[in-house]
Amino acid sequence: MQHRFASVQQVRDGLRDVNYLADDGIAGVAFLADRLAKPILVEGPAGTGKTQLAKSIAEMTGARLIRLQCYEGLDESKALYEWNYKKQLLRIQADKNSDSWSEVHDDIFSREFLLTRPLLEAISAPDPVVLLIDEVDRVEVETEALLLEILSEYQVSIPELGTITATQIPMVFLTSNNTRELSEALKRRCLYLHVDYPSMDREKEIVLAKVSGITEHLADQVARIVRSIRQLDLKKAPSVSETLDWARTLMLLNAENIDAQTAKDTLHVLLKYQSDIAKAAKELSADLG
Amino acid sequence: MLDLLAGFVQELRNAGLPVSLTENLDAMEAVQHIPIEDRDAFKYALGATLVKNSAHWRSFETVFEVYFSLRGPEYKLVEDSDDALEEMWREMQEQMRQGDGRGSSGGMDSLTPEEIAQMLMQALLNGDQAMMRALAKQSVQRFAGMEPGRPVGGTYYLYRTLRNLDLDSMLQKLMDASREEVGGELTALEERLERDEYQSRIEDFKKEIEAEIRRRLVADRGAEAMAKTLRKPLPEDVEFMHASRDEMQLLKKSLYPLTRKLAARLARKRRHGRKGPLDFRNTVRHSLSYGGVPADPKFKFPRPAKPELMVVADISGSVAAFARFTLMLVYAIQNQFSKVRSFVFIDGLDEVTDFFKGTEDITEAIHRVNTEADVVWVDGHSDYGHAFEVFWERFGKDVGPKTTVLLLGDARNNYHASQAWVVKEIRQKARHVYWLNPEPRSYWNTGDSIVGEYGNFTDGTYECRNLRQLESFVEKLA
Repeated sequence: MQHRFASVQQVRDGLRDVNYLADDGIAGVAFLADRLAKPILVEGPAGTGKTQLAKSIAEMTGARLIRLQCYEGLDESKALYEWNYKKQLLRIQADKNSDSWSEVHDDIFSREFLLTRPLLEAISAPDPVVLLIDEVDRVEVETEALLLEILSEYQVSIPELGTITATQIPMVFLTSNNTRELSEALKRRCLYLHVDYPSMDREKEIVLAKVSGITEHLADQVARIVRSIRQLDLKKAPSVSETLDWARTLMLLNAENIDAQTAKDTLHVLLKYQSDIAKAAKELSADLG
Repeated sequence: MLDLLAGFVQELRNAGLPVSLTENLDAMEAVQHIPIEDRDAFKYALGATLVKNSAHWRSFETVFEVYFSLRGPEYKLVEDSDDALEEMWREMQEQMRQGDGRGSSGGMDSLTPEEIAQMLMQALLNGDQAMMRALAKQSVQRFAGMEPGRPVGGTYYLYRTLRNLDLDSMLQKLMDASREEVGGELTALEERLERDEYQSRIEDFKKEIEAEIRRRLVADRGAEAMAKTLRKPLPEDVEFMHASRDEMQLLKKSLYPLTRKLAARLARKRRHGRKGPLDFRNTVRHSLSYGGVPADPKFKFPRPAKPELMVVADISGSVAAFARFTLMLVYAIQNQFSKVRSFVFIDGLDEVTDFFKGTEDITEAIHRVNTEADVVWVDGHSDYGHAFEVFWERFGKDVGPKTTVLLLGDARNNYHASQAWVVKEIRQKARHVYWLNPEPRSYWNTGDSIVGEYGNFTDGTYECRNLRQLESFVEKLA
């Protein structure tokens, strides 16, 4: 089988070209996933670029992104495939007399009457695809079992039709916000990647890459203050996307330098709980003294 | 390589990480694609295949360091062969005996401690990674006073090294230096940022020292032996009563995701509970669409009553941590209960429900409990008997048939009167009474512990030494 990536370094450079700054872990695991042909389970706090990773990999490899958003109550007909009942009915009524029963029976359970849903689509696609199964922790434990076959064998079994095997093995990303423990069976089939808040240097680079026109000095300050805030005991620490929002806000305000007052006035972009804002404002301006 | 990996996986399992056979095979396959020389990538490759829970990463890292720290070029000890290593030990011992800290091999070894401190400060000021690593090596070699075969843990050497380096005053010095650099006063914000920066650099340096000590210990004693002494329990297995400060931080961090998971699980359990008895009206109504045939029987959904909770916790020194975690856990999932009231005692008793009411911040509330609650009656030594008496007198009337009462403590009563009749009375009025004891079961009823005497009158006495046990109890309760 053709490998997508030649080396870890290539993954990292490629991701950098599409404005995603990967650290050692991310690039290494993506490389391994390609070599071992295994899905990646990405866990971590909200807003650290889990979904973005899948998108960036797709962009980088020039593959189509197929996304399955999980939610409670997701079932087979939404995730895998469904028979097109209306079309089947039409087919039966269209020529009542000519065909024998067995012919009709065989005919209405053919590929023509199959509606593909994301998982099946990813398997049967002829072009390269990246499959993103987003927020997999939202489905019930029982529904997880739907995913097992596709994740380990890259195939889907349809009772009436037989087994559809993948023509090419897609890259698969599963993301989870860790609201519940995923089943052992699912975890075992995946490579595990924990994406945490980036280090200060990486965050600064991310700000520089994503916010156009920002000065090095301001980006540095933004990253430092955000790190400072993350060390506080908050209900919800600021995510990377919120850091970016904050940096953009500061750009709009034409701030060149962040002093305590500016920081305090714009904290609400960074933090979403009143108690958190109060605490951070207090810490940033009044401590030490 | 295979042997090494097999030993590594075995040690992971010993440390409590669940590593399955398939994961083991994956790891074997993964390492064929990643060269062992690229240590970071190698670590992540093993991590991705073997560790499937972010809370276990720390344990994994420790084991990894022990097993692979001697591999990879830049991580080698100064000397290569065993002979040279012994030589180095001897040299170091000699240095210690002479007490002047001056080596003979020239270069870095000939520096005085003051010069080392000076260099360290420069390195920290500039964030020079390579310099910091070299200095870490040097200061361990010089200050730790390590001797081969000496049965002391790594923490002892760490302490010795750090004491000599005096990193606490280093922070102040660094702040002064950066103030000088700017020429004048820093604003409060700038000062805070600088301080954070230096603090994180010093943290890095400490880690570097720790790693260096570990490397030397492994070289001395071998990986298997070291892995055993360094084995760190998983966060959910850390005992409340013996947790170090770092472990406490870790516990706190893992408590929040745990409560979220617990709440989600409980809500789901409530919703997807067993179906109740036949709902006659609903069935008849639906039968109309089948021409009066009750083809689709409908059932009532049971609505289990949410229990009302009263937590009575001992917050005296020995069990304070346990009480704190239980209170945090209970309040984090309080919407699973119709009402939560909490009481704390040492030898007096005080209600602290109000502390949790106005604020969203549980940590803040716990802090207030520790500082403001009026729990000392005579001498500030646990007196369960008196505390229970007060509870019964003041709040006994509030205990009703819907109430579940949780008693938390080690029941070490300092030989006071037990007043176990109170527990008996409570049990007669309340729905359930449970006792949670953070001590290992084997210690119960030894010395002044009288948990058995109270336990006779409760619906169950549970050992709650770690988060795992606490979680499983709370799940049962709600």
